[in-house]
Amino acid sequence: MGMIIQGATGDWEVVIGLEVHAQVSSNSKLFSGSATEYGADQNTQVSFVDAAMPGMLPVINEMAVEQAVRTGLGLKAKINKYSVFDRKNYFYADLPQGYQISQFLQPIVGEGTMTIELKDGEIREIGITRLHLEQDAGKSIHDQHPSMTLVDLNRSGVALMEIVSEPDLRSPEEAAAYVKKLRSIVRYLGTCDGNMDEGSMRADVNVSVRKFGDELGTRCEMKNLNSMRFIQQAIVYEANRQVDILEAGGKIKQETRLYDSVKGETRSMRSKEEAHDYRYFPDPDLLPLQFDDAYIEKIKADLPELPDEKKARFIKELKISDYDAGVLVAEKEVADFFEVVAKGRDAKLSANWIIGDFFGNLKRTSNTLSNTPVSADSLGALIDLVKDGTISNRTAKEVLEEMFDTGKDAAAIVDEKGLKQVSDTGAIEAAIDTIIAANLDKVEQYRGGKDKLLGFFVGQVMKATGGKANPGVVNQLLKPKLDG
Amino acid sequence: MSDLTKLKISEARDGLKEGKFSSRELIAAHLTAMGSAKGMNAFITETLDKAVDGATKSDDRRAKGDVGKLEGIPLAIKDLFCTKGVLTTAGSHILDGFTPQYESTVTTNLWNEGAVMLGKVNLDEFAMGSSNETSFYGNVVNPWRRTTDDQPLVPGGSSGGSASAVASNIAMGATGTDTGGSIRQPAAFTGIVGMKPTYGRCSRWGVVAFASSLDQAGPMTRSVQDAAIMLEAMCGFDPKDSTSVDMAVPNFEAALTGDIRGLKVGIPKEYRLDGISSEISALWEKGIEWLKNAGAEIVDISLPHTKYALPAYYIIAPAEASSNLARYDGVRFGLRVEGESLDDMYSKTRGEGFGEEVKRRLLIGTYALSAGYYDAYYLKAQKVRARIADDFKEAYKSVDVILTPTTPSAAFAFGEKGDDPLEMYLNDVFTVPASLAGLPGISVPAGLSADGLPLGLQILGRPFDEETVLRAAGVLEKAAEFTATPTAWWRG
Amino acid sequence: MSLDKNTVAKVANLARIRVEEKDLEPMAAELNAILGWVEQLGEVNTDDVAPMTSVADMQMRWRQDEITDGGYQPEIVANAPSEEEGFFAVPKVIE
Ligand SMILES: [Mg+2]
Ligand SMILES: [Zn+2]
Repeated sequence: MGMIIQGATGDWEVVIGLEVHAQVSSNSKLFSGSATEYGADQNTQVSFVDAAMPGMLPVINEMAVEQAVRTGLGLKAKINKYSVFDRKNYFYADLPQGYQISQFLQPIVGEGTMTIELKDGEIREIGITRLHLEQDAGKSIHDQHPSMTLVDLNRSGVALMEIVSEPDLRSPEEAAAYVKKLRSIVRYLGTCDGNMDEGSMRADVNVSVRKFGDELGTRCEMKNLNSMRFIQQAIVYEANRQVDILEAGGKIKQETRLYDSVKGETRSMRSKEEAHDYRYFPDPDLLPLQFDDAYIEKIKADLPELPDEKKARFIKELKISDYDAGVLVAEKEVADFFEVVAKGRDAKLSANWIIGDFFGNLKRTSNTLSNTPVSADSLGALIDLVKDGTISNRTAKEVLEEMFDTGKDAAAIVDEKGLKQVSDTGAIEAAIDTIIAANLDKVEQYRGGKDKLLGFFVGQVMKATGGKANPGVVNQLLKPKLDG
Repeated sequence: MSDLTKLKISEARDGLKEGKFSSRELIAAHLTAMGSAKGMNAFITETLDKAVDGATKSDDRRAKGDVGKLEGIPLAIKDLFCTKGVLTTAGSHILDGFTPQYESTVTTNLWNEGAVMLGKVNLDEFAMGSSNETSFYGNVVNPWRRTTDDQPLVPGGSSGGSASAVASNIAMGATGTDTGGSIRQPAAFTGIVGMKPTYGRCSRWGVVAFASSLDQAGPMTRSVQDAAIMLEAMCGFDPKDSTSVDMAVPNFEAALTGDIRGLKVGIPKEYRLDGISSEISALWEKGIEWLKNAGAEIVDISLPHTKYALPAYYIIAPAEASSNLARYDGVRFGLRVEGESLDDMYSKTRGEGFGEEVKRRLLIGTYALSAGYYDAYYLKAQKVRARIADDFKEAYKSVDVILTPTTPSAAFAFGEKGDDPLEMYLNDVFTVPASLAGLPGISVPAGLSADGLPLGLQILGRPFDEETVLRAAGVLEKAAEFTATPTAWWRG
Repeated sequence: MSLDKNTVAKVANLARIRVEEKDLEPMAAELNAILGWVEQLGEVNTDDVAPMTSVADMQMRWRQDEITDGGYQPEIVANAPSEEEGFFAVPKVIE
């Protein structure tokens, strides 16, 4: 469902296009051999090339090319065997060359598509316009010195993929779903770590509004949004701002706007606006980027299974529900974890355990999958204990908690605490007989048609056996005795 | 001992080898010459200590039998090459105090072959100029003077300091860079040999960029043989330059066989310009005669788009420069003129840091790339450039080399071509086409004008066929018997 | 195509080069002379001509993804006109 803004003059549709900058996973920068790791001391991961010292020249990193092609293939996009690096010229303190090496008219990846799934299960196909490679800029720090802006060039020259969507998105939720899906895909591919906190993924959001059926309206761009929440908030604010202007008979000015997450509003960045003329031209320090079909085929051959395909397989082959499959494939780590647990086990049961109690415990203990104290194999062993009747489902939930808290194995905990359930019919039968004898009045009522009392008897037997009786066996023995 | 500064590289190499003198003695002689020639203003930075130290080390290496191709040879380095720990200015105020923490690939190659640096030589600001009148560090004066007057003359540009230093026997050779003729034209104006190799032959890494698709380093020497020796030491594949060509370096000196029998020499009819001085025309005819007498076959050829080379060049080079010079912004190195804001700081720094000719070209280049004009100017010029390159390709189907004059006139006096930049640009009319096509070219001193100034002839070759160019140039040099030298007025 | 004083001012701003008001007019005249001369390129038929990309018929080499550079902050900021604890410092930017 798209977002609709009801105005005095009618309903407005919101149109959104996204430009996502995804940092390429690589050891070294796009055009230099310095490191890309996050969080280093200022200007320590900078070469003379990154600092644009006189006479320095770019040499392309083959990994950046490969990652761009891989991502393009993941987006089912056209790979361009001939592309060109251009210079985008503008002055800024953290842009040492005075230009960014980017790709303008001939990007490495052309049109593609991506599907997003909305809450109500609706599937939407979103067009990808292009993907190109470019250099990141450095970082300007405005609040560390009273009168100066400080510049750190560690990021300068890091390889980015700019992935541009068609204006196919219609609501903040769709925009968020798009970014989530894109993030999922690049993480599956291993082409970007998707870490939005560290700036590995940022989105420029283009928003316009129009009356249904009208031509596209004038858009405004909000740059460098680095969280799903900000993306959505900025869209809501901006769309409403535009509707207000249009309803009042005004006109939207195409411009770049800054989203202020503290005030929750967007505002004009006049400084960035004046006299923008990037004077793109092919970078004479580089030659065109060329490769052949064999190169593409080689990358294609070891492309991993992507979330859409994985989901379809889980549903078809493992009989997992659509919803559960969707949850399991959203993150590659989860899907991998699931596949280890489900291997040789009941897939549905494994899925239930992961989505239910396992995730619950992760949250309870403030852990994430990456540092889970309970491995996939441990969880699998726990499920095995349930499956073979060693412990009850209920006991298993307690054991899992214990596993999270102590890091011990399920079997060890069951042993230690004597939680092994009793399946010995003789012992259970004896307990049943005792309880029936002590509750003859209730037996009468049961036989008189009060079926619900079955639960009471089960409970009593369990209590008498210290919760260790196998509920299946209890049921099996109890019913014939009660029925007489 | 005779004056060691008069020796050619090849002669000094033999003398050093035979132990007739040491590198220390050789360097000392050149430092003395340098000290007595301040009036020429060839040097921006003299590196005396480095030179003495370099010579000592060279002698030590030689004693151990470790002898490079340029072992102990004193060279001047155009101040466009970044030299580690030594001020590098590009002739511009905007690089005030800039001391690179790295060494260019070309100079690294030279030092690895044992060469010794005398200092950094003057040039037109950012190599933009044809007369060495645009340097922040002042004009370089040509060691030559007319026989008819005492007016100081320009050495040509942009490698004017290199040319003057070599012509006046201060340096045995010098590095130059050639974007539209900046090696060949000053070589012609000062009576020395200057060679621009094929684009991609010498690494551009560590050379302050003017126009990336055109810039190429090359040797400036007092003989063709020296040019061959020096080029061999300078060039070679460099993985740090994406436009460097991965090709083995030939033994250039061995190419100088003196035998050009059967060589096909093209004479482009479009180079017979109106307004070309009759002296130049006559010299060109002589050149044709010399090569013919040596057994070459002369072929008339056509390079139909020659006329458009200069205007195309004066769009392409400034456009690339406008982007290449954006890094001079007062943030990381060089001059900063404080301002009220970042943009104000930029504008003041660049407004004061760049000279008039550089500013003019940066504005032209910015305009040519700007929205709405890119297609009409830059793209058009690049397409015309492709046509010019095609002309050469076509011509080289029927000839091996092309012979032309290097310049339309001899060296001129300061201020003589002052006001109209277009008139100055015409200096490069014969050198620019090959630059646009990336081809190798050499200027050889071939005669004197009526008032006693040197004139040069240019030989152009196929891409990466420097060997044939050098071979033909060697024959030309021998036939021309150019032995004139400037009178050493600067010692007075 | 002829450029006026205002265009020169705009271009100078794009290039971040301060040009004094009084110099705009003469600069416009100079640039116009050059651009006028360049107009002759229009005489060349360049239909179906691809703009030149490189002199040599060569392919771009790719570098291996290895850390081979960086790690020398002192050299990076050695020439900085203004430096603060390893950062480059510029007049404060207000966004
Ligand atoms: Mg963008
Ligand atoms: Zn971008």
